[in-house]
Amino acid sequence: MARTYSTRRKILTTAAAWGVALLIFFPVLWMILTSFKTEASAVASPPQLFSADWTFENYAEVWSRSDYPRFFWNSVVISIGSTLLGLAIAIPAAWSMAFVPGKRTKDLLMWMLSTKMMPAVGVLIPMYLLFQRLGLFDTKIGLVLALMLMNLPIIVWMLYTYFKEIPGEILEAARMDGASLWNEIVHVLTPMALPGIASTLLLNVILAWNEAFWTITLTTTKAAPLSAFIASFSAPQGLFYAKLSAASTMAIAPILILGWFSQKQLVRGLTFGAVK
Amino acid sequence: MGKITLKQVRKSFGDVAVIPGIDLDIDEGEFVVFVGPSGCGKSTLLRLIAGLEDTTGGVIEIDGKDATQLPPAKRGLAMVFQSYALYPHMSVRKNIAFPLKMAGLPVAEQEKRVANAARILNLTSYLDRRPGQLSGGQRQRVAIGRAIVREPAAFLFDEPLSNLDAALRVSMRQEITELHQTLKTTMIYVTHDQVEAMTMADKIVVLNAGRIEQVGSPLELYHHPANLFVAGFIGSPKMNLIDGAEAAKHGAVTIGIRPEHITVQDGGPWQGVVGLSEHLGSDTFLRVQVDGVGMLTVRAGGEITLRHGDAVALAPQLDKLHRFGTDGKALA
Repeated sequence: MARTYSTRRKILTTAAAWGVALLIFFPVLWMILTSFKTEASAVASPPQLFSADWTFENYAEVWSRSDYPRFFWNSVVISIGSTLLGLAIAIPAAWSMAFVPGKRTKDLLMWMLSTKMMPAVGVLIPMYLLFQRLGLFDTKIGLVLALMLMNLPIIVWMLYTYFKEIPGEILEAARMDGASLWNEIVHVLTPMALPGIASTLLLNVILAWNEAFWTITLTTTKAAPLSAFIASFSAPQGLFYAKLSAASTMAIAPILILGWFSQKQLVRGLTFGAVK
Repeated sequence: MGKITLKQVRKSFGDVAVIPGIDLDIDEGEFVVFVGPSGCGKSTLLRLIAGLEDTTGGVIEIDGKDATQLPPAKRGLAMVFQSYALYPHMSVRKNIAFPLKMAGLPVAEQEKRVANAARILNLTSYLDRRPGQLSGGQRQRVAIGRAIVREPAAFLFDEPLSNLDAALRVSMRQEITELHQTLKTTMIYVTHDQVEAMTMADKIVVLNAGRIEQVGSPLELYHHPANLFVAGFIGSPKMNLIDGAEAAKHGAVTIGIRPEHITVQDGGPWQGVVGLSEHLGSDTFLRVQVDGVGMLTVRAGGEITLRHGDAVALAPQLDKLHRFGTDGKALA
């Protein structure tokens, strides 16, 4: 029998859930509200949630003083490029780990994940020098490679989990039917794992879009994405909170909208296989 | 087309020898059933023939050619899996056409063959559905259709009916047998169900612990089991196996007698008490505790009225007695 809850309890738990959600979202909300304030009311004490002098001026100024479309385009190329390249490498890797595992496959997976536990600063100097020597510094291709490598462990892990859910007999059937390894992956494995691949793609686009440490460190102007765009407002004009908020809102808006429309796919993909 | 020969085929997983060495000849057009208890190596043997597992040693010949190192697709065999293993994202039509597409056949030829297979298997009206929209029996037919279109040298079936309910199992069993009679292609069929083995096979291969216990036609195995294992495995209900003094009287370590070869007969040599009687209508199966012999199963007529606790006298048909020696092998 399904559990039943009293109306009172339902109201309380719903209110609590909204409270927690608001707490998590509050900094973003505060940033968006601040972006519409004047610089004076943005730093007013005590802080005002809603300002009386509502303005779009910050956006106009940020737009006119910087090249937003270029940063935006760099972000798109870097996040989508690194994710697609990562998938191209991770699909065969996850295939072999899921379907022809060796004795050390589990250890290898753990080792790959453990690289994510190392602080990025630890490899800052070697990365910086490598990028300079190889002529990758401040290039989109350089950032695509760097972010692809950063996120590859996560992509492999996610795909590995999805592939494990696919019954081996179906791949054996494909082999009996004369499918080469390539056909097996293209015609059978990939379409069957599509929901998982889609959510891996979305999550990694978001991770790459939001990545700030490497994108700021390894670029100056040409290849700088939106994370560097925000940073460029915080350094020399750190006190102009309203403009900084407007720039930040413009930087996160595309990914926020993408996330909003794909949330069903994201949740479905992340719980794939957990509930049958 | 479709002659398969195994020569000293071996398979080990690590240190465990699942199949220590098997020799077997399967003739063209034969329906061969591999039967045995769980873990006897029958599925492994089938997968070795299919090429889905690598052999540890020995030679597999298909139509006289050494196929031991060939990949599955190059062996000209088609397989039907226990889980059907259909491609869930493809329509029935695409599922059946998949091997033809992989072989690079012209689309017109693909369509012709799919239509033909669908007609044979009564799938024509389901061609545009997905596997998820079909019943278990229909899915199994799609899996068979996918095997048929390739016109293989032999079909391999890995317990294809064990996911179906009892009634459907019987009708699919008949369909596969009829299919064999129509196509006249070699079929190798793996099952743990000795009823399937008895009803479908031209030749049964009884496996136990990776070894062949006996090869023969269903009735050969039934009437002349080579050893205790086959005697106990083939036949339902099981053969009665009797040790001790009663066996010694017949010059054997163990004697076996099938339930239908014991008659309820006044003045019979075996005196006992009925423990359980199962009335099936056509037959009655009695479990009788016989003094000095043990518990025996007896098949009697449907009209018999014996109940729990009744005294009964039994007479074995001595010419139907099986005698086994110390090594468990049948004595001549």
